[in-house]
Amino acid sequence: MPGADKETDLGERIEAFLAELKRGGRGSGETARSTAALLRRITAQARWSSAGDLMEIIRKEGRRMTAAQPSETTVGNMVRRVLKIIREEYARSRGSSEEADQQESLHKLLTSGGSSEENFRQHFAPLKANVIEAINELLTELEGTTDNIAMQALEHIHSNEVIMTIGRSRTVEAFLKDAARKRKFHVIVAECAPFCQGHEMATSLSEDGIETTVIPDAAIFAVMSRVNKVIIGTQTVLANGGLRAVNGTHTLALAAKHHSTPLIVCAPMFKLSPQVPGQNSLTCVNAHCPVFDYVPPELITLFISNIGGNAPSYIYRLMSELYHPEDHEL
Amino acid sequence: SHCSHIPLRSDYGYKVSLFSHLHQYSRKAPLTQQISIPATVIHPSIVRLGLQYSQGIVAGSNARSVALLHAFKQVIQDYSTPPNEELPRDLVNKLKPYISFLNQCRPLSASMGNAIKYIKKEISNIPSQCKEEEAKKKLLLCIDNYVNEKITLAAKAISKCAIDKISDGDVILVYGCSSLVNHILCEAFEKQRKFRVIVVDSRPRLEGREALRRLVKRGIRCTYVLISAVSYILPEVSKVFLGAHALLANGYVMSRVGTSQIALVAKAYNVPVLVCCETYKFCERVQTDSFVSNELDDPDDLIVTREGKTQLADWQSVKSLGLLNLVYDVTPPDFVDLVITELGMIPCTSVPVVLRVKNVDQ
Repeated sequence: MPGADKETDLGERIEAFLAELKRGGRGSGETARSTAALLRRITAQARWSSAGDLMEIIRKEGRRMTAAQPSETTVGNMVRRVLKIIREEYARSRGSSEEADQQESLHKLLTSGGSSEENFRQHFAPLKANVIEAINELLTELEGTTDNIAMQALEHIHSNEVIMTIGRSRTVEAFLKDAARKRKFHVIVAECAPFCQGHEMATSLSEDGIETTVIPDAAIFAVMSRVNKVIIGTQTVLANGGLRAVNGTHTLALAAKHHSTPLIVCAPMFKLSPQVPGQNSLTCVNAHCPVFDYVPPELITLFISNIGGNAPSYIYRLMSELYHPEDHEL
Repeated sequence: SHCSHIPLRSDYGYKVSLFSHLHQYSRKAPLTQQISIPATVIHPSIVRLGLQYSQGIVAGSNARSVALLHAFKQVIQDYSTPPNEELPRDLVNKLKPYISFLNQCRPLSASMGNAIKYIKKEISNIPSQCKEEEAKKKLLLCIDNYVNEKITLAAKAISKCAIDKISDGDVILVYGCSSLVNHILCEAFEKQRKFRVIVVDSRPRLEGREALRRLVKRGIRCTYVLISAVSYILPEVSKVFLGAHALLANGYVMSRVGTSQIALVAKAYNVPVLVCCETYKFCERVQTDSFVSNELDDPDDLIVTREGKTQLADWQSVKSLGLLNLVYDVTPPDFVDLVITELGMIPCTSVPVVLRVKNVDQ
C-alpha cells in the first residue's frame, strides 16, 4: 500500500537523521538545513488532517531529535520555526489577521483573560501546500545566511585593523574573507585548545592572503591591548542576549571589556534559542564536545545576523518574531 | 686586552610585526651550529649552562638563577689573575662575554640580572691588596650566602606567611609550575591544612603537568584544566596563588603568559589573587604592556597534530601566516590583591618602596 510505504520510508529517514545527529561533527548550518528539509518531508508524507495533528507530530519528532543531541540547539530552533509557520498559515487560512494573534501586548494580556483557546482542529485543504511553501522559504533563507552576514563585513571593518577571533567559525571566516577582498587588515586567531580549531581557521584565512597570526589561548589578554575589534561566532544565542560559545570565549570577552574593545558576534538567526542560561549551560554534553562558556550580554557590543545588526538588548524581541511563546518548551 | 666577540645568533622564522624588535630563535637547530663557540674564550660550565638554557632543560626563574650562580662559582674557582692585572677589574671583564653568550642562548631573566649585578658589585668591592686565594674564597662565600638568603630562606619565610592565608576547605588555583608556589602548597599540606588544588595549564609549554606531578606525589588532591576552562572552574575557587618572574617598579607583575588572564577572570569573579615573589626578583624596570620587552619562544612549538592532521605543518611556506609564542606577560596591579615576600605581605604598589630600602641597605 502506498500510504504504508510512505510511512515506513519517512520513519527510516527520521531514524537516519537521528543517527547522524548522535554522531555529530556536522556544522550547525548544515544541521539547520537538514532539519528543515526533514520537517518538510514530515509535513508532506505523514498522515494528518488538521494543523493540531501536524503540530503534535512535529513536536513529538522534535523532542526525539533534541534528545539525540542536546548540545545542537539549531534542531530545536528549526522545529520551533516550523511550528510558528504552521500557526501562521492556520491563522491566515482562518482569515484572522496575523498581527492580532502575534502581539503579546500588555493590552492583550489584560483584556483577553484566558483566551488563546485555539485548538487548531479545523481542516483546511490548502494548509499542507501553504506550509510546505513556507518551509521552502525558510530553506532559502537558511541557504543565504552566511552570505547575508558576509555582505555586511565592509560596514564593520576598516583598513589596517587588528581583529581577534577564537577557534573556528565558518560564519566569521566568510565575514573576514569578504572584507579582505577590498580592505587590508590583520587577524589574530586564538587557537582554542585542546582541539585547536584555530589552526584550521588561520590556515584558511592566510590562504586568502589575510595577514594572520596564531596565538595560544594564554596570550589572549597579553595581546588584547593592540586589538581593535573582537569578532567571534557562537554555538547558541540565548534568550537574554547572552551566548553559549566555545570554551575560552568568556575570557576573551572579559579581556575585551577590560580594554574597551568592541565584541561583535556573527550569528545567523537560526542560532537564536529561547533557552536561558542555567545549570546545563556549562556542562560537557558528551566526550567529543568541547565544554561551552556562558558569556553574559553585558560583555557583547553587537550581534550581526542575516537580518542586520542588533544590540544584545534587542534579542528578546527578535525571539518573539521567530518563535511562539507556547513552543518554547517542546 | 683583546676584545672577545661573541657572534650573534640568527633569528628563525617569520616574526609577527609587533614583535619584530625581539629575537626569535629555534630550538631544533643545535646551538653550536648557530654560534661558533671559540673554546678559549668561554668557560665549559658556561657553555653547558647556555645549552641547558636554550633547550629548556633548566627553566624557571629560581632554577635559572641558581644554576647561573653555581656556574659562576666554577668560573671563579678556575680563575687565575693574569700578570699585570687586578682581580676585581679583570674578573668582571672576563664575565662580560660569558653573560653575552648566555643572553644569546636565552634572554636573561630579571632575577638573573639582579644576581649578576650583585656578583659584579661584590667583585668590584674586593680590596686591591687582597690575595687571590682569599678573594676567591670570599666571593664563593658571598655567592653561597646570596643563594641561601635570597632563595632558600626567603622561600621558608614566604611559606610561613602564605600558610596563614590557607584555611581548611580551601580550593586553591595555581597556574603553570612555580617552584615557590609548589613549595608553599607542599609545606601547607605537611602542616595538615585541608585543601585541594586546581592546576591550570596552557599550551604550548604545558608546565602545569610538572606541577601536577609534584603535588600529586605528596598526596595533595588535584584537578587539572586548560586555561580556556578557567572561567568555568573559577566559581569553585576560593583563592588564586600565582608565581612571578619579576615585579616591576610600577607595580606590574611580570610572569608566565596567561597569568594576567587568570588574574583578570579571578577579578571578575571576586576571587582573591595572591602573588608570591622573593625580593631578589624585584626589578627597577617599568613596563605597561607585554610588547616592548618580552621573549619570543620557538614558533614551531605551536604546531600540533589533532585527529591525524597537522594544520600548521608548512606555516613557513604561507606568506601571510605567523605564529606567536610569547613567554611572558604583565599583570596590572589592580588585578593583584596581595604580594607575599620574605619581608612580609605588601600591596603591588609598594614595590618601589622595597627597592629603595634595598638600595639604602647596600
